[in-house]
Amino acid sequence: MTDAALSKTQLGPARLALVGNPNSGKTALFNALTGSRQKVANYAGVTVERKEGVLTLPGGRGAHVLDLPGTYSLRARSPDEVVTRDAVLGRLSGEQPPDVVICVADATNLRLVLRLVLELKQVGRPFVLALNMFDIAQRQGLRIDLERLSAEIGAPIVTTVATRKRGLEELVAKADALAVSHAKLLEEGGAHENVWREPNAAEIRAAHREAQRIVKECVRPPERPDTVTGKVDAVLLNPVGGLLILALLLFVMFQAVFTWAEPLMGLIEAGFAGLSTGVAAVLPDGLLQSLITDGLIAGVGSVLVFLPQIVILFFFILVLEDSGYMTRAAFLMDKIMGGAGLHGRAFIPLLSSFACAIPGIMSTRVIDNKHDRLTTILVAPLMTCSARIPVYTLIIAAFIPHTKVWGVFSLPGLVMFGLYASGIVSALVVSFVIRKIFWRGTVEPFMMELPTYRWPEPRNVAMNLWTRARIFIERAGRIILPLMVLVWVLSTFPYPPEGATGPAIDYSFAGRIGHLIAPVMQPIGFNWQMTVALVPGFAAREVAVAALGTVYAVGGDDEAGTNLGALLSHQWSLATALSFLAWYVFAPQCAATLGVVKRETNGWTWPTVMFLYMAGLAYLASFVTYHVAVAMGAG
Amino acid sequence: MSDALSLAPEITDLLADPQADRGAESLLSKARKGQRGVIVRVGGQTGRSESIDPEELERRLLEMGFVEGALFEVLHEGLFGRDPIALRIDDMRVALRRREAAAVTVQYEEI
Repeated sequence: MTDAALSKTQLGPARLALVGNPNSGKTALFNALTGSRQKVANYAGVTVERKEGVLTLPGGRGAHVLDLPGTYSLRARSPDEVVTRDAVLGRLSGEQPPDVVICVADATNLRLVLRLVLELKQVGRPFVLALNMFDIAQRQGLRIDLERLSAEIGAPIVTTVATRKRGLEELVAKADALAVSHAKLLEEGGAHENVWREPNAAEIRAAHREAQRIVKECVRPPERPDTVTGKVDAVLLNPVGGLLILALLLFVMFQAVFTWAEPLMGLIEAGFAGLSTGVAAVLPDGLLQSLITDGLIAGVGSVLVFLPQIVILFFFILVLEDSGYMTRAAFLMDKIMGGAGLHGRAFIPLLSSFACAIPGIMSTRVIDNKHDRLTTILVAPLMTCSARIPVYTLIIAAFIPHTKVWGVFSLPGLVMFGLYASGIVSALVVSFVIRKIFWRGTVEPFMMELPTYRWPEPRNVAMNLWTRARIFIERAGRIILPLMVLVWVLSTFPYPPEGATGPAIDYSFAGRIGHLIAPVMQPIGFNWQMTVALVPGFAAREVAVAALGTVYAVGGDDEAGTNLGALLSHQWSLATALSFLAWYVFAPQCAATLGVVKRETNGWTWPTVMFLYMAGLAYLASFVTYHVAVAMGAG
Repeated sequence: MSDALSLAPEITDLLADPQADRGAESLLSKARKGQRGVIVRVGGQTGRSESIDPEELERRLLEMGFVEGALFEVLHEGLFGRDPIALRIDDMRVALRRREAAAVTVQYEEI
């Protein structure tokens, strides 16, 4: 932060920070307060998401609102919670301490948040308690003596219903008043000192007793406690039934991701193709045209085409999260994932990775433990992402006959299923190896609150969905764009010599790299055309399809562009095709994923490890597949 | 569904009267679905080498509401090895693995 920015805040906008337990409706309150005026970025030097919005105070003064990660205590355990603690304590580098902390509480579940309130009290920064979801508390007949509670915690209290925008004005007014009086207090040098330090077990017990006492004095238990959650859980957490319902839910989700998204994806593809043609018509043939159409437009298009799938996937994830089901899914999956050394919370990131590993890896931030998180990041790209689908469908259509197996299953469908299954099984095996052999250390406890079920609020889901989509576009764009330009340079330069007969790519750096590694790839049945296509395919998996088209197109086969599959079925043996499929299950053929891993792990170590282990597995799998297939007469 | 808060009188009576037969103490890790009672001791030792630092585990358990005197009921069990378990702790629902539940000593309600 610069000096200019510092001096501006003297009279400038107030700084508010939202703190609260997970599931307290904190983000809903943040959305209700700031509307669309929010910005998502990262905190300096860490990969924790920083969400800030602006609002206008009653007096006309502006205010910045920071939505801090949810926590049960200032005693931080995960990187997210460290940010919350440091922001509240005013220790976060590059951040100014908040003028006022807004502590958000689920009005129906006060006991745990009161302990957090007691910690905030020790910090000495002015705070206001927002009793959110107050409508639900009233419906349950829960009586809270607000005056007494306010006196006990030594802070003003405002009741809010974030989803109905109730109580927001009062909350903002109270926060403003606190900010003003605190500023005055600071000038007079009478501000409270921070006496917070990390509590030990005895202090947590004492705080708990204190919270218990306050609840007992200020809160009368509900007359009509929520019974719906218990009844729903009896079905959804049933050991067998619950898992079946989860499987059904995932099935519906995948159906939606792949069928609903298709028309939109077609539109995006057509749009980018149209744009490319338009630009090609305007710009003269040459380098600039090639850079813009083949490099930039094709590059951005190849990422944006996945946006519909990612939006649909996130829609499901957000609805399941907001309703409270996600924690139940983690509960049901914990033992299965735990058997492979994964944490129950890894379920959501791995699920996202079926659409694209990038949002999957970004969502590993919910995992507290460093080793658990790294393991999840390392295996996420083994989940069959949608970029593999064009490659799989091309090869399967060209090589796998449309026969029925046992009269019911189609063989191509079975092969596709097999490819998905190998991805999942190998992810479990790899994480098992990592956790049981390399990092045999301690096992992170699985301990989490199962929140009360609630209907997701459409507005809130829509806003969060918009935020997710924006993050994907911005981050993926920032990483993919330069990579696309790099791959374009590699496959364009140098130009083929005069009178060259082979495809132009053959003479480029990409072609040379392809030829260079061709001998290495020969034992797994790859010809040089394939290895050349793999180089640009490194930008994104599905680009390999287009690259194969390029490599074969200028070999005298004009129809190659129109029917690549038919061409390949003449050029490749079945063993080669199967080997290529096996390669694609494992190969780290996605520079954007490696880029995101670098960002998320703050260094090149883990992307390197990921690249090496995945390349090794891919080679091994292709080698075995090829030689087994050849031995069985498919060579 | 029964409300755990309604258990309060009987159990606090049991605690208040030292002469009363309190029922045997047991580890929460051995609790089965439907069993309920009161938490009598929260520690950090699970008897398993792969668990996290005992002092840290104790604090985390306390922070999730596992405190001496809290009432509990086992609501659900997972499919494999009946693990993890979902519990009601006072008026909250919490999920926990049996591994960590071994650090919590409980006393069942007399039936």
